[in-house]
Amino acid sequence: MNGAEIILKALVDQGVEHVFGYPGGAVIPIYDEIFQQDAIKHVLVRHEQGAVHAAEGYARSTGKCGVVLVTSGPGATNAVTGLTDALLDSIPIVCLTGQVPTPLIGSDAFQECDTVGITRPCTKHNYLVKSIEELPRILHEAFYVATSGRPGPVVVDIPKDVQFALGDYLGKDNIVHKTYVPQLDGDELAIEVAIELMAGAKKPIFYTGGGVINAGPEASAALRELVALTGFPVTSTLMGLGAYPASGEKWLGMLGMHGTYEANLAMHDSDVMICIGARFDDRITGRLDAFSPGSKKIHVDIDPSSINKIVKVDVPIVGDCKNVLEAMIASWKKKNPTTDKAALDSWNAQIETWRWRDCLSYTANADVIMPQYALELLQEKTAGKDVRFTTEVGQHQMWAAQYLKLEEPNRWMTSGGLGTMGYGLPAAVGVQMANRQSLVIDISGDASFMMNMQEMSTAVQYNLPVKIFILNNQYMGMVRQWQQLLHNNRLSETYSEALPDFVVLAEAFGCKGMRCTKPADLPAAIDEMIAFDGPVIFDCRVANLENCFPMIPSGEAHNTMLLNDEVDDESIGSAISEDGKSLV
Amino acid sequence: MMSENEKPHQPASAYFIEESHEKIEQHTLSVVVDNEPGVLARVIGLFSGRGYNIEQLTVSETMNKRHISRITIVTSGTAMVLAQIRAQLESIVPVHSVLDLTLEGEAIERELALIKVAGAGEDRVEALRMAEAFRARVVDASNSSFVFELTGKTRKVNQFIELMKPLGLTEVVRTGVTAISRGPKAMKV
Repeated sequence: MNGAEIILKALVDQGVEHVFGYPGGAVIPIYDEIFQQDAIKHVLVRHEQGAVHAAEGYARSTGKCGVVLVTSGPGATNAVTGLTDALLDSIPIVCLTGQVPTPLIGSDAFQECDTVGITRPCTKHNYLVKSIEELPRILHEAFYVATSGRPGPVVVDIPKDVQFALGDYLGKDNIVHKTYVPQLDGDELAIEVAIELMAGAKKPIFYTGGGVINAGPEASAALRELVALTGFPVTSTLMGLGAYPASGEKWLGMLGMHGTYEANLAMHDSDVMICIGARFDDRITGRLDAFSPGSKKIHVDIDPSSINKIVKVDVPIVGDCKNVLEAMIASWKKKNPTTDKAALDSWNAQIETWRWRDCLSYTANADVIMPQYALELLQEKTAGKDVRFTTEVGQHQMWAAQYLKLEEPNRWMTSGGLGTMGYGLPAAVGVQMANRQSLVIDISGDASFMMNMQEMSTAVQYNLPVKIFILNNQYMGMVRQWQQLLHNNRLSETYSEALPDFVVLAEAFGCKGMRCTKPADLPAAIDEMIAFDGPVIFDCRVANLENCFPMIPSGEAHNTMLLNDEVDDESIGSAISEDGKSLV
Repeated sequence: MMSENEKPHQPASAYFIEESHEKIEQHTLSVVVDNEPGVLARVIGLFSGRGYNIEQLTVSETMNKRHISRITIVTSGTAMVLAQIRAQLESIVPVHSVLDLTLEGEAIERELALIKVAGAGEDRVEALRMAEAFRARVVDASNSSFVFELTGKTRKVNQFIELMKPLGLTEVVRTGVTAISRGPKAMKV
């Protein structure tokens, strides 16, 4: 077998069905092999960044490993943003990159770059395959590393001569990793201590994250069971939405910088915080010295380096969220603890008063589409459907997180850690490829859309009926909002000048283009978009200068939120202190 | 809402790591790794990428048949940062294990230095006398110079170098610390 055959065989053995890629000189032998087989379907993207995001969407909506194939040099460097995105959001990706033939490595050959050097800090691990003998082992190891423990992207750099070289194939069962063995089961004693702490809690809260999604649907089921057992309220990070249903009785909404009033105040006032698969990101904690100051903190994470990284916790539990949640359920049931019912009742009553604050209310408008209204409507029109959302990055992303009601895991694909504009469209392509029957909607913004809009061509080629719902306010809205809050409304370079006509653009791509400018027309327009069997670019013209609230101004604590109905121009201008301005 | 002027001074906030008032400690870490290409780059890339200090670093293969190397790193930080460094090192795929030798108790730490001293007359005699007192070996000599080889703790090497300065010190090379724990227990590989 030659190297290219070994690669295809290894992919088949790993259960790969789709590869997202773009050919080039250094991967022609692999593409030649792809041409001669049917087991693996190659999806031709239009830019390598799109390939990685599509593979991320594919992975996040299925729980499987996403696979990318790109050429050397620019193929690899274009993939770097996607790889970094996958690293920060813990998405399992195996990215095969072509490399110049081994004798040419280091000679500045055509389309040569130091791929392992460049991708070292933006992958979980990477390999340069120096001989055909190590190729099968490395390929299987790459899948093992990408999908085990805290998932992440793995690059395998394969020189062209290795793709031609002859060697023996080795099955995946013959590979045992010698150093990388993540701990899956939580320490029993730590779980006991956690349960005791939870049993005695007066103001408890679950704070869950993407780790619950990554641990599979069983982990989400276990979370729901534990929440039902304990009756504790639950909030989630952006990455964890859907693990606990938005319609659930104990749901507080998302927390953090643009989280709900009730979620952030409950975090701030809680006495026992149970963090499951989240990592105390700065968008969550706000000002660290005022972050949930009175709580005992339990932290469940599969990555030991996530524990005590930002916030010192009282009960660390290293393990897979699913295993630990199930162990917690068993322990709770066995102990059947008597909780402080009076305290919990008064805690729930307190939370209800925060809920009444109705922090997501906004001023409706009969003439202009409010972005919140558009999303509420989209939620209403898609409720109960087999729907999956991706997003780009910015105001529309936060509004989507606030107004869409995610009921199940793997149905919300967004760039959380890296905040990559241009993520949502290619991700939607990957999601739709994996879930042909689902309604896949990319909540987009006018600026984000332009970053990877070339992938519309991919959607059209494969007849992927993705709906690109652009909340078009003609601004890079989140930056504009910050300029208003921080820089006396000097809107430096955030106006989207010379936007294309999105309807004509859609037609140029060979898909359907729609535009809506009036609130009254929107319900029918959304119906039409959903009903259309094919890709759609929907130009939803929304209020230009709307701000995203609630917002914890940078450098502030959870209990100092700005709310929509109480901000005026003056308070916006002074919301962030001089010191806070230097923060991002 | 208070105006900016009325606001109390804001301490460091969430969006950068708080300036810590905790004590900075210096620790010696021993790291067992697969001796594969790029492994050292992974380790030092972690330190530079995350803003940790490397005070000293030594690396060499120690188990040839199994292609295993030992890296000794002297680093500094608060207790929380040091624990984080350890956890981050352990998360590198070709890293077998990490041991904080400073937490393990008084580890044996040694450094080797080669020290060139040029001079004549009384200074030369004095340099040689000092070398004897520090048990430094003369590994090269000419009419006007010595190269001393000195092994010892970092402090001892520093001391000797200080003493050589007025006696014609011209050049110093040092290996950095290599360290091993006391007692019968060996590090997990």
